[in-house]
Parts: sequence; structure tokens; C-alpha cells
Amino acid sequence: MNKLIIPDLLNSLNSILPEIVLSLTLVAIILSDLIFHKNKKLLPYISLIGLIITFVFLINQFGKSDAAFPVAAQFSFLSLDPFSLFFKVIILVSSILIILFSVSSKEIESGLDRHGEYYGLIFGMIIGMFFMISANDLILIYLSLELLSLSSYILAGFVKTSLRNSEASLKYLIYGAASSGIMLFGISILFGIFGSTNLHEINELIRTPAATQLTFLISVIFIFAGIGFKISIVPFHFWTPDVYEGAPITITAFLSVASKAAGFAVLIRFLKVTFIDSLTGNGYWQLIGYIDWQTLLIIIAIITMTFGNFAALWQDNLKRMLAYSSIAHAGYLMLGVSIFSDQGLIAVLIYFFIYMFMNLGAFYVVMLIANKINSEEIDDYRGIGYSLPLLGTTLGIFLISLTGLPPTAGFIGKLYLFIALVDANMIVPAIIALLNTVVSLYYYVRVLRVMFLIKSDKTVSVNLNPLNFAVLMFMVIPTLLLGVYFSPLVNFAKESVQLLGF
Amino acid sequence: MNNFPILTFLTFLPILGMVIVLMLPKKQELSIKITTLLITGIQIILSIFLLMGYNFSAGGINDPSSFQFVEKFRWIDITGFAWIGKIKIDYFLGVDGLSTPLVLLTAIVVFIATISSWSIDKSVKGYFAMFLLLDTGMMGTFVALDFFLFYIFWELMLLPMYFLIGIWGGPRREYAAIKFFLYTLFGSIFILLVMIGLYFSSMETLADGTRVFTFNMLEMMNPANYTANGILSPLNPNNLRLIAYIALFAGFAIKIPMFPFHTWLPDAHVEAPTAISVILAGVLLKMGTYGILRVCYPVFPEITYQLAWWIALFGMINIIYGALTAMAQKDFKKLIAYSSVSHMGFVLLGMAGLNTIGISGAILQMFNHGTITAMLFLIVGVIYDRAHIRDLDAFGGLGKQMPIYTGFVTVAFFAAIGLPGLSGFISEALVFLGGFGSDTTRIFAVISTLGILLGATYMLWTMQRVYLGSLNEKWKELKDLTAREYFMLVPLTVIVIFLGVYPSPMLDLMNASVNAMVKFITDAQGVYSAFNSF
Repeated sequence: MNKLIIPDLLNSLNSILPEIVLSLTLVAIILSDLIFHKNKKLLPYISLIGLIITFVFLINQFGKSDAAFPVAAQFSFLSLDPFSLFFKVIILVSSILIILFSVSSKEIESGLDRHGEYYGLIFGMIIGMFFMISANDLILIYLSLELLSLSSYILAGFVKTSLRNSEASLKYLIYGAASSGIMLFGISILFGIFGSTNLHEINELIRTPAATQLTFLISVIFIFAGIGFKISIVPFHFWTPDVYEGAPITITAFLSVASKAAGFAVLIRFLKVTFIDSLTGNGYWQLIGYIDWQTLLIIIAIITMTFGNFAALWQDNLKRMLAYSSIAHAGYLMLGVSIFSDQGLIAVLIYFFIYMFMNLGAFYVVMLIANKINSEEIDDYRGIGYSLPLLGTTLGIFLISLTGLPPTAGFIGKLYLFIALVDANMIVPAIIALLNTVVSLYYYVRVLRVMFLIKSDKTVSVNLNPLNFAVLMFMVIPTLLLGVYFSPLVNFAKESVQLLGF
Repeated sequence: MNNFPILTFLTFLPILGMVIVLMLPKKQELSIKITTLLITGIQIILSIFLLMGYNFSAGGINDPSSFQFVEKFRWIDITGFAWIGKIKIDYFLGVDGLSTPLVLLTAIVVFIATISSWSIDKSVKGYFAMFLLLDTGMMGTFVALDFFLFYIFWELMLLPMYFLIGIWGGPRREYAAIKFFLYTLFGSIFILLVMIGLYFSSMETLADGTRVFTFNMLEMMNPANYTANGILSPLNPNNLRLIAYIALFAGFAIKIPMFPFHTWLPDAHVEAPTAISVILAGVLLKMGTYGILRVCYPVFPEITYQLAWWIALFGMINIIYGALTAMAQKDFKKLIAYSSVSHMGFVLLGMAGLNTIGISGAILQMFNHGTITAMLFLIVGVIYDRAHIRDLDAFGGLGKQMPIYTGFVTVAFFAAIGLPGLSGFISEALVFLGGFGSDTTRIFAVISTLGILLGATYMLWTMQRVYLGSLNEKWKELKDLTAREYFMLVPLTVIVIFLGVYPSPMLDLMNASVNAMVKFITDAQGVYSAFNSF
């Protein structure tokens, strides 16, 4: 039996300072909601301050590779490695943006009396994701996943008066509960086989093939299903379009970026740490061969992206279209994971960083326009390019970047992905992914067509305040700049491929 | 003069113009137009400086030292730990005898298209901003020598072109615009894949002796730079060079457009506004053939040899098929569009000859087709502006009503047919000489002569239907050319006649490079067959 040692435990608290700050902010939000319940304007400020302090503590951890909360000599609950730091940065930046989105969202404003809940639950999600990214232990992964999920179920249905919201929330809850149940079942089988839930320990144990293959296979597939639900890959994607369409835009945007980032981080850690045999000299991972992960993931990735892109072709609601497009992007990312090399991992990290800006940006513009016209139907965007030139143009830039055309950043994300694929001699998946890009062009450009090619008599006007403008620029500038000068991002990603122990 | 980054200015001046245009208030339409005219005018002046400083004896093609006006800076430099994520990309511009004629052509055609755009009255600001962005994309493609940079410029053209056709085009503009976009993007994904494949197959030696993967096209052409097991390296016994060549060729062929990838062209041409048709036919189509000559030929010389027969075959199909289809058209613009398909076939046929005469003919044909087709589209534009229809059968006897206009029409038509004394004749003659000169392509050259006959048929028939005979009463009010139209047609006519009588300046311009290319491809056969033998 492994014992936790108290001094080690106290030492380890140092390593989770960002998480502690997040929890304190959560407490502060609840208290402020209780004490100053007349003044809800305070809440976003408290949230932002909390996030910024977290960021400072996070920067302190830069370059560290530590194990926190050790169990026995060589295993630990949490790992603080450059890999988790990268994803924490993504989650933190997107959280800051989401708080800023929420300030100007009409939908959220309508539920003013429950703003304490709203910001508190967002912090619940963030804390869940932070632990999930670092977790080395299946129990911790499961607990943090549940914290994330439960918070997001409620947030998806935040606007009580909206039927759409409630429907989304219920659907999300049902699918989520089922998949996390399956995952928990998988974890328990795994524990039954190995007597451990620590990923590193399992990795050591499966090197000596004691496990009966079938049970092991089933348990791993079950865990995979739980994670697959979070990143909405086919066949665990059914909730995505409905929830994305129904939930408030801010939450949809958050789910599509941050929650997906956390899911991918867990998936990568789970696959790499549990199954790795050795790293070859040029960065390829040799996996222990119970399951042909590569073929499985390539097939899932290809089905996911093809399904996402083709389904998006028929959508008339912009939010729903972006939901399917995010499924397609999960497919591209999955293809990057399936390379099983550090090169592929770099591609995934770069892609995610860029995806954050362009996807959040697209949702932000949709939100600003929906504030005014109360609709996300593509047909209602007729002539928007003329009546709202700034918003029309920026949405155009984000969509072109999502397609992956140069000179936008989306191209760089795709370029690195294809470089990694070609280097791994995976030419056929690369061609399929590229053909998918052509398909995706059609539905992204359809929005451009409606905005610019069709004129409308109605004129819409949106008054952008300086904050809106600043937030918009904060996302447009990286989307354009990273397309022509991407060295810093690639360097950051390159420094971040290291997982604890590997 | 030597330190002046003339190519950067040529390429990015339009972007500067775009920024100015975007800052001008929407109502100031005239100043927007004048800004564009000034920018494109400066481009012409810069390209004349380019010609004045040009060294006619430098070859270029695969030899970095004989490129001219070279600008080379490290743009992206990521040094990896181990090999991971290591990428070096250069901002590398330069011209040789292959690109200079096309830079010149772009400057001229864009300037004339600007004058032709004067009649645009819908969202003027947006139009000229897109127009200038397109200009940058085209210039950049012709001067970039780094494959990555080349690809960025290549793709940069897609979006402005989509909007220019889609917003300012004819009734079916949306269909035509998206068709153009999807076709070209489909083509460019293959270019992207081959680009990445080549990146992993060739290594450049840096000043400090380390070897790194490279996007530099000239380094890709050097057989000594191949890696041992890159998928597109001839040293790798399982290399995919043949497949990659076909994919790359197809990517470029869509732009030419080569049969069977040509169906986007008539739609795009018919719907595009006149000025955009002029640019499309005058410059954009040449990018396909330029890409083949710049990338496919020198990077894959041994496969070029192997497939010359096929290139000639498709050239012949383009010539005959384009001409036959043109003959069946009722719409004036569609007729010119299909005649473009036919004339671009001559470029393919000339290239396939793989000898100096043939390739010179091909490049000259690219230039001449650019000027002649620009003229033909302007001619269509002139009557469309007045009559608002383009139906060939609706006219008749315009020669009496608009004699000066018909004079220009005659020059353009005869140049397109290839009448001696006009520029089209020289290039077509060279293409045929080149085609006959090579055993592989002789049979196709013989059959393609039929294309000249067919070309004469549809052109003269059109002449007869529209300009000769008795005047249709409906068109009694049509006025002859305006001053603006003179400005567009006179310079092109001068070029067409001048190059018809005295083509040497243009041939001298490309001669050294064409010789270098032919020599390089011929010599490479020995080198590459040595690769295959071990």
C-alpha cells in the first residue's frame, strides 16, 4: 500500500498555486455575490483579477518539470510539465476572453440576478480543466472531468427562459452522464487488473504482459469513450451540434476551445504515458502493442473530419455550422495525435493555439451581431458586410483562417500538421485531410457570400465600444500575424512537447 | 541602383495602395481610382527600370548566382533541439529570363485593367482594394524563388478573385466565383503536398556547413542536395516522384486551364467584369504554365522527359478541343474564353518540345496571348458597355457604325489567328518549329496545325457575324471609341504589332534562361539515370 507523506504533501502545495488562486477566486466570487448582491458589475472584475494572478503564478512554473503529490517513490498524482503548462495557458487565455465576451453578451445580461452562479461555475470549469491537464491518476482525471462536466451542464442551460438552453443542458447532461459512467466502469476494470490507477504505474505493469488482453482492451476503450465525448469525435459527437446551438454563445465558445483543449491534453497524456514503450531518436513514440492505436485513431480522425465537414455543408444556423466545423477540427487534431511523434504533437499544439484565436473570434463576432439582430441564421446575415464592414471583414478573416488559407494563421496550423504527416509517411491521410479542407471552404465561404455578395435593404448598426474593439483586435491580430511570422509560436510549442518522464 | 529592392517594391506597392484606398473615404471615388492608377503606373515604371538594369546574358533557372535583382533574407528561422520543428524559410525574390517577361506582362495588363475599371460604380473602394491585393499576389508569384513564399502568393490571389467575380460580376456571378475558388483550391492542395514532400527530400547546406531541409526552389533543383530516403528523393528506391510530378502538374494545369480541368474558365470569364476578365486571361492563366516551367521542369527533369509525350498530347487536345468548342459558342465572351483554352494549348505544346525553340515559343506565346486576349476581352467589353448584350448573332455590320473600333478588332483578331506581321504568328511559328524539332512531339505538332485553321475559322466567322454585312437597325446609336478606350487599346496594339515585326528584344530577354533550362534538363538525364542504377 502506498502512503502519502505529509511533508511531501505540503511541499507539493507550492506546485498547485495557480489552482489555489483559482479556487480562492471562486470563493471570492461567491462571497461577493452574497455580500454585494445588488452590485453584479463587480463579478467580472473579480474574475479577471483572479485569472491574471493565476497567470502570474503560471508563468513562474515555466520550464519546470516536477512531480507533485508523490505516491511512493516514483509515481505522483500531478505532473507539472511544459506540456500541461501550454494547455493551461490556452485555457487561461480563452477564459479571460470568455469573461470579456460575457460582459457584452445580451443573453448573459438577461440572467443578471444569477451572475454569481455564472462566473462561479466558469471557475468550476477552469479548476476542473487545470487538474485534468496535469492529472497522472485515473481517479483524479475522472474527478476533474466530472467537475468540468457538471459545471458546464448548468452553464449550457444558463438562460432559464430560453427553451433552447434548457434542451441543450438536458441533452448534454444525459450524454455526459452516460459517457462518464462508461469511463468510470473502464477505470474500475483497469484497477481490477492492475491494482493501480496511476498512469505511470500502469505503464510499468503492462510491460510485462500479465493482463488478459480482452478485459484490458475493453477497459481502455471505455476510458477512451469518456475522453472522446469531451473532444466530440465521431462516434461520441451526437451532443455537440445540439448543445452548441442551444447553449449561450459564450459557453458554446468556451466549450469549443477550452473544454476541447483539456480533453485533448488528457487524451495525449493517457495515450503517451500509459502506452509508451520508448522514444526513438527522431521523436517517434514506440507504443506497447496491445492495441493498434495508430490505425484506430487515423480511422476515427478521418471519419470525424469528413463527417464534420459534410454535415456542416447543410447547416443554416451559423452556431450549428460552427459546431460541426469544430467537430471537423477535432478530426484534424486527432490526425495530429495519431502520428505518435513529438513532431505531430508540436503540430497539435500549434494548431490548438491558432484554433483558439480564430474560433473564439468567429463566435465573438456572431455574438456581437446576435446581440443586435437576435438571430444566428446565416440568411439573416444578408448584406452584413456592407452595413457592418468591420465585423463582416473580421468574421471573414476568422472563417478564412478556419479554412486554412494563407496568409492567415490557420494555414500555418494546417501546414505543420501536413508536414508532420508527410514526415511520418502518412500520405493518404494527408490527402484526405486536404480534400476535407476543400469541402470546408464551401461552407465557410457561404457565409462570406451571404455577407458580401448579396445586398440587403435592411441596415443593421452595431455600436462597438472600445472594449469590444480591443477584444476583437486581440483575436484578429494574432490570426493575421501568426500567418506570416510564426517563429515564436513554434518555439513555444517546441518547448512544450515534453511530458513528465518522457 | 543595385541596392534598391525593386522586386519588393513591385510586389508590395499594391498593398500600400490598398491601405491608402482603404483609408480614403468611401465617397471619394475619383481619388480611389487615381491612387490605383498611380500605383499601377509606378509598377510599369519600375518594370522598365528592371529591364534597363537587366543583364541579358545571365541564365538563372537553377543557378542562384545568375538570378538578378535578388533579395534574400531569412524570414522564419526555427532551430530545433534534435530535428524537431526545425524550419527555415527565406524571403527570396529574384528574376530571370523566365519571369521577367511575365513581370512585364503583369505590369502592363494590370495598368490597362485599371483604366478599364474606371466604369465600376458599385462599392468602388472595395473593388480597388481587392484589385490591388490581387496585383500583389500575381507579382509575388512571378518573383518568388522560395517555394513557401511562392505558395503564399499563389493562394493570396484566390480570395480577391472570388470577391471580384462574386460581387462585381454578371448574373450567375456567385456560381462562377465559387466554382473558380473550389477548382483552384483543389489544385493548390496538391501543390502544397508536393511542396512538403520536396521539403523533406532536399537539404540545403548553410554557411556554417550544417545541412537543413529547405523550401528554396533552387536548392531543390540541385541533385546533390537530395536526402537519402526522402519520399521525393531519387536516391530513395521507393520514391514517389512520378506521382508527385503528376499531382503538381495537375495543380498547375487547373490554372492554365488544361483539358479536362478547364470548365471553370468559361463560367468565370462570362461572369467577371471586363477588367477582371482581362486580368484573368492576361495574367492568371500564365501562372499555371509559369509554375510548370519554374517548378516541375527543373525540379523533376527526368520525369519531364518521361512525360513530354503526354504534355504534348494534352497541348494538342487543348488546341483542337478549345477551337472546336469556341466555334460552337453564341456568347462573344465564351468564344474568347475557349479561344484562350486553345491558345494556352500552344504553350503546352511548345514546352513539351524540350528544345530552345519550343520553350522560347512557349514563353513568347504566354506573353503574346496575354496581350492579345486582353485586347479581345476589351473589345467585347466595348460593345457590351454599349449594347448590354454579347450575343454574336444579334449584331452585324458594326464595321460601318464603328470603323475605328473595328480597325482595332481586325488587328486583335488577326493576331489571334496568327497572321504574319503580328505577334501571335511569331510565337505560334516557334512553337511549331519546336514541336517538329522533337521526335516525341512531332506527331502532335502536325495535328495541331489544324488548330490554326480552326482558329481562323471561328475568328473570321465571328468577324463576319458581328462586324461585316449590313448594319442591324437596332445599333444605329452606337458610338465609336471613347478616349479612355483608346488608352487601353492603343498600347496593346502597339505591342502586338511591334513584337510581330521585331520580336528579338523579347527573345533576347529569355534566350539565356531558355538555353540554361534546356541544358539543365538535358544534362540532368545522365545524373538521374545514375541515381536509378544503384
